[in-house]
Amino acid sequence: MSDAELKIVNLHARIEDKDILKGVNLTINRGETHALMGPNGSGKSTLSNVIMGHPSYEVTDGEIWFKGQNILELEPDERAKLGVFLAFQYPVAIPGVSVAKFLKSSADAIAGESRKSAGEFLKQLRENMKFLEMNETFLNRFLNDGFSGGEKKRMEILQMLTLKPSFAVMDETDSGLDIDALQVVSKGVNKLAGPNFSLLVITHYERILRHIKPDHLHILIDGKIVMTGGPELVQELETKGYDWLRQEFGQEVLV
Amino acid sequence: MPNLETDSKLVNDEYKYGFETVIPQDSIPKGLNDDTIRAISAKKNEPEWMTEWRLKAFRKWQKMKEPRWADVTYPPIDYQDISYYSAPKRDAANAQEIDEEMKRTFERLGVPLHEQNALAGVAVDAVFDSVSVATTQKDKLAELGVIFCSITEAIQNHPELVQKYLSTVVPTGDNFFAALNSAVFTDGSFCYIPKGVKCPIELSTYFRINAVDTGQFERTLIIAEEDSYVSYIEGCTAPSRDRNQLHAAVVELIALEGAQIKYSTVQNWYAGDDEGRGGIYNFVTKRGHCRGKNSKISWTQVEVGSSITWKYPSVILEGANSVGEFYSVAFTNRKMQADTGTKMIHIGPNTRSTIVSKGISAGRSRNSYRGLVQILPSADNARNHTQCDSMLIGDKCSANTYPVIECENHTAITEHEATTSKISEEQLFYIMSRGINEESATSLVVNGFCKEVFKELPMEFSVEAVKLLEIKLEHSVG
Repeated sequence: MSDAELKIVNLHARIEDKDILKGVNLTINRGETHALMGPNGSGKSTLSNVIMGHPSYEVTDGEIWFKGQNILELEPDERAKLGVFLAFQYPVAIPGVSVAKFLKSSADAIAGESRKSAGEFLKQLRENMKFLEMNETFLNRFLNDGFSGGEKKRMEILQMLTLKPSFAVMDETDSGLDIDALQVVSKGVNKLAGPNFSLLVITHYERILRHIKPDHLHILIDGKIVMTGGPELVQELETKGYDWLRQEFGQEVLV
Repeated sequence: MPNLETDSKLVNDEYKYGFETVIPQDSIPKGLNDDTIRAISAKKNEPEWMTEWRLKAFRKWQKMKEPRWADVTYPPIDYQDISYYSAPKRDAANAQEIDEEMKRTFERLGVPLHEQNALAGVAVDAVFDSVSVATTQKDKLAELGVIFCSITEAIQNHPELVQKYLSTVVPTGDNFFAALNSAVFTDGSFCYIPKGVKCPIELSTYFRINAVDTGQFERTLIIAEEDSYVSYIEGCTAPSRDRNQLHAAVVELIALEGAQIKYSTVQNWYAGDDEGRGGIYNFVTKRGHCRGKNSKISWTQVEVGSSITWKYPSVILEGANSVGEFYSVAFTNRKMQADTGTKMIHIGPNTRSTIVSKGISAGRSRNSYRGLVQILPSADNARNHTQCDSMLIGDKCSANTYPVIECENHTAITEHEATTSKISEEQLFYIMSRGINEESATSLVVNGFCKEVFKELPMEFSVEAVKLLEIKLEHSVG
């Protein structure tokens, strides 16, 4: 498993006595992009929350290995420091805390001793914002407070660019985005792409996969991965269209 | 010999101001009667009129009952079991030594008293138990005609001002604790800002309780003449002891036409231990009077200490177009109890008031906001906006709000907004997923919650308040 960035083995998880994940196996190697699709309620968001360590979910069986370390006992902040990032489906607002302050605190926490000076940090942050076509006034706004859906999603990608994780989960980042916003988001993700960045894209839509090309594709239904395909399948779907998935797994897999 | 009673212990605590200064103390015996009052008055070389004034207040107090309407509980206080005066014992032989010890104590509290390294831009009056031990930058202020000294000195050197204004905002018989304070007050600050003077530096008083079994009865009087401005800051700490101590203060502010007074408090009295043993009872009457038109009084308070807080800094808006503001952060932890808020009394036309209250409860504490907005028939076009937010950390604490609005003028507009929230798991998870640990995440959320109030504090003070709250929060999480 030398190349495995993330290895999920037989993962079972529940929330409030309801079993959601019922034995998920998933391996993502360094530099790979994986897409995960599945109908609502199949456990996609649960999987992303459990990878990040959400306290409401109870892992009843299985393991999550990241860079060769079982991370299940780690707090979310410790996982983040190892290089895990989650772009939230519904980012929460933190009133009274400016975007600039939040991002600096977070970048400092992750960088530890090698933190940047405030000036250097701001310079880079401004560049990233420009790249994501975000107005600089965002810096002084309170994090996600009164943001539109699209603004929140861009903010997630801005955080990802700023923190430079080695592995990210994007939980339906594309939902509710218009085509322009989707392009900006994809541009941001592709900027990070490379041999040292792995990605799990959770989505309902094929269109994001035209911008962020997956190497592997998985279908999650009722808490289990029922189908996994490599580059050949992705290739085939691209040429023949994703309709086949609908026929095979139902309308809800792909909206 | 050091005055160290053995039956009250210093307790181990993360409260970093919980140390005790060991010095010879000059205390009067416990008990409260006419002789006690005469003794205090004599210690302070007060003129006869002051002694009489105290005794009159004492007569009123004797007929009064301790208020019990606040949302706090505590065992009966034995007013005969308190020493009403305690001061460092200073005589010719040890004068220098005592002065140095005082300086060291305040240095340790972050309040340098040596003129050469005094805080830039701040004049400090340092009150240790019952007496003011030093006031810095006096000469510089005197050049502007600003009088900043202890109330004891003011009674001796500026009797006409004291007689003209003392108890004109808080009458001696206003309430039980105000009457008690009037009878036995020992020291506090006096500020007088002459007409047209904008005081260029912050005036500040640092109150320190040190001796065992004493009460501290602070009396502060601030007068801002026409078109003057002053920003005043108050800080408070006490040793960590396993017995309760009483701090009953009266603060009066008077703003004449066009004058502005900004009064900021960071109250960090010892708050007692996890089981609620020890700590300061902070029973305080603070009131400002916007006497002239276009005057303004702002109260900003950050209350993070005391085992019990009973405090309602208020503004009487008499002058036309006058403005009253109250910005408050009240943090309670462990078994602390706070019942705090404000009163805005609108008398003059076009008077405006703003109330922003942020209550944070953690541990097994109780935190209540109690407020009164009163619009009298004469207050045409009066405006009030009240925002009252409570945040709960954990599930063993409580938050209550008791707002009252009495409006007797149909042209007035009052608004009241209130929210109660629990610090949310989703917020903490989100912040932690960005590499920030739980304590820092909580602190970020709480500081964000208090932002509107902190921004009202003078800059350096605001930084201190943020740090202080962070320290307090460290022991509230998990």
